[in-house]
Amino acid sequence: MKSILRIGWLRGGIEIKQFARQRESVVFTLLFPVMLLFIFGSVFKDKIAPGVTFSQYFVAGMIASGLVNTGFQQLAITIPMERDFGTLKRLRGTPMSPISYFIGKVIVVTVSMLVQVALLLAFGTLLFGLNLPASAALWLRFIWLVVLGSICSTILGIAFSSVPKSGRGASAVVSPIVIVLQFFSGVFFLFSSLPKWMQDFASFFPLRWLTLGMRSVFLPDSFATKETGHSWQTNTTVLVLLAWIIVGTVVSARTFKWSDR
Amino acid sequence: MSAAIEVKGLRKIYPDKKNGDKIAVDGIDLRVELGEIFAILGPNGAGKTTTVEILEGYRDRDSGEVHVLGVDPGNLQNQDLSWRNRIGIVLQSTEDAADLTVAETVHHFSYYYTNPKDADQVIAAVGLAEKRNAKIRTLSGGQRRRLDVALGIIGSPEILFLDEPTTGFDPEARRAFWELILQLQNEGTTILLTTHYLDEAEALANRVAVINNGKIIEVSTPGNLGGRNNAKARISWIGDGVRQEIFTDNPTQEVTKLAAKFAGEIPELTVTRPTLEEIYLSMINVEAN
Repeated sequence: MKSILRIGWLRGGIEIKQFARQRESVVFTLLFPVMLLFIFGSVFKDKIAPGVTFSQYFVAGMIASGLVNTGFQQLAITIPMERDFGTLKRLRGTPMSPISYFIGKVIVVTVSMLVQVALLLAFGTLLFGLNLPASAALWLRFIWLVVLGSICSTILGIAFSSVPKSGRGASAVVSPIVIVLQFFSGVFFLFSSLPKWMQDFASFFPLRWLTLGMRSVFLPDSFATKETGHSWQTNTTVLVLLAWIIVGTVVSARTFKWSDR
Repeated sequence: MSAAIEVKGLRKIYPDKKNGDKIAVDGIDLRVELGEIFAILGPNGAGKTTTVEILEGYRDRDSGEVHVLGVDPGNLQNQDLSWRNRIGIVLQSTEDAADLTVAETVHHFSYYYTNPKDADQVIAAVGLAEKRNAKIRTLSGGQRRRLDVALGIIGSPEILFLDEPTTGFDPEARRAFWELILQLQNEGTTILLTTHYLDEAEALANRVAVINNGKIIEVSTPGNLGGRNNAKARISWIGDGVRQEIFTDNPTQEVTKLAAKFAGEIPELTVTRPTLEEIYLSMINVEAN
């Protein structure tokens, strides 16, 4: 057998080609968040704390949801389509290792995620007063948040890919979940201003913790006192993300289906 | 000679609480020799695809013994990938990878195998050389099917499974496909084929199995199926202004007699034996009654 890693790498190339050639997916996955950034960032410029505008708060949240878009949303929609089209069944009939398939997915998610984060950082700093992390320690925190967040998002996307009954219906099932989580997790509104039940609900899911983590990177340290827990709760963020990574891995291993029958 | 495929007492039941369980495969025995082209014929829902998908390792079975190249496809464990390296599968229909080109796809699949054929030669062999840089989404149904075949044979399989491979082909493409399959056989590939086209089975298969309601009705050569070789010949001609016909075991004798009756040509003479299709349909109909 050829090396699983080498074929995984080749699959990454194929996945990226396919992604880049589908205009809808490029627009939907990469440009839509940038558009939202423009709209919300332009409309809500009020100060929410000394030296902090809502635009900055929003950009931090959008970077967090970028991880959810490129990982969870992208995979939970495209994998059911591949299952419907017979792509997965055909691959399963070859000596390609399933691990190579997932490596390919991780590569395409990583690339689109990096492009997305770069776009949001660029527009955020140029137009909406986002401050890049001021210290090496903050950059480091940013990097592990992106890494952990995207692993979590990717694995949950694979796990969730068994839920939609058909490829056609997948985006109707997945997109509302992502949008609701965005509303509940402090992307479009101040998390601290949301009703308690919404906050409690959102706290079960990774996005709320990712947005908090991103705010801890991009907003002044003083803003921590305005958060619901009156701190950045970094440890909780790590624990929640790790827990979901474990849950996602177990669920994926048990439920992943190569064909729809 | 060791068998490429060996099946004994294969059974597969699809549970259905509403309408009662459906017995898709009901005790099938099969033996396909190495190097043989073996066709499975049968109406829709007869159990063809279920049987083939069990052999391909896609489905579990409820009972029976199955060996493909000496390996049990229902219990592959760590032989999974090395076994799949030796088989090629053309599924019934796929519409994937629409944004890749033919060449990209075939080259990519060739990397999965330890002993692949040359991707460009395979593309040419299935008649897609002119379309090598076309996106898959722009291919016609028949061209897409030929791509499926290309992906099935790219790994130089020892056994090739073809599930209704020529659906959507025009007659010319079909002939070209048959030649490709016969050439693969010459290279030593064992081929298991399901098809709806009786002429296809006749042109390709060394032996055919007719399946209906999950059971094998008969396994034979296309020429001998259903006693076809012993069936009476039908002689038909125009005599006294109307079409006459007789059925006989001795057509040469009868035609000689007829020739003596007419001065010169016997008007509109035909001598025919039942086609494979007629034999097949009579077998399926007997089952149905």
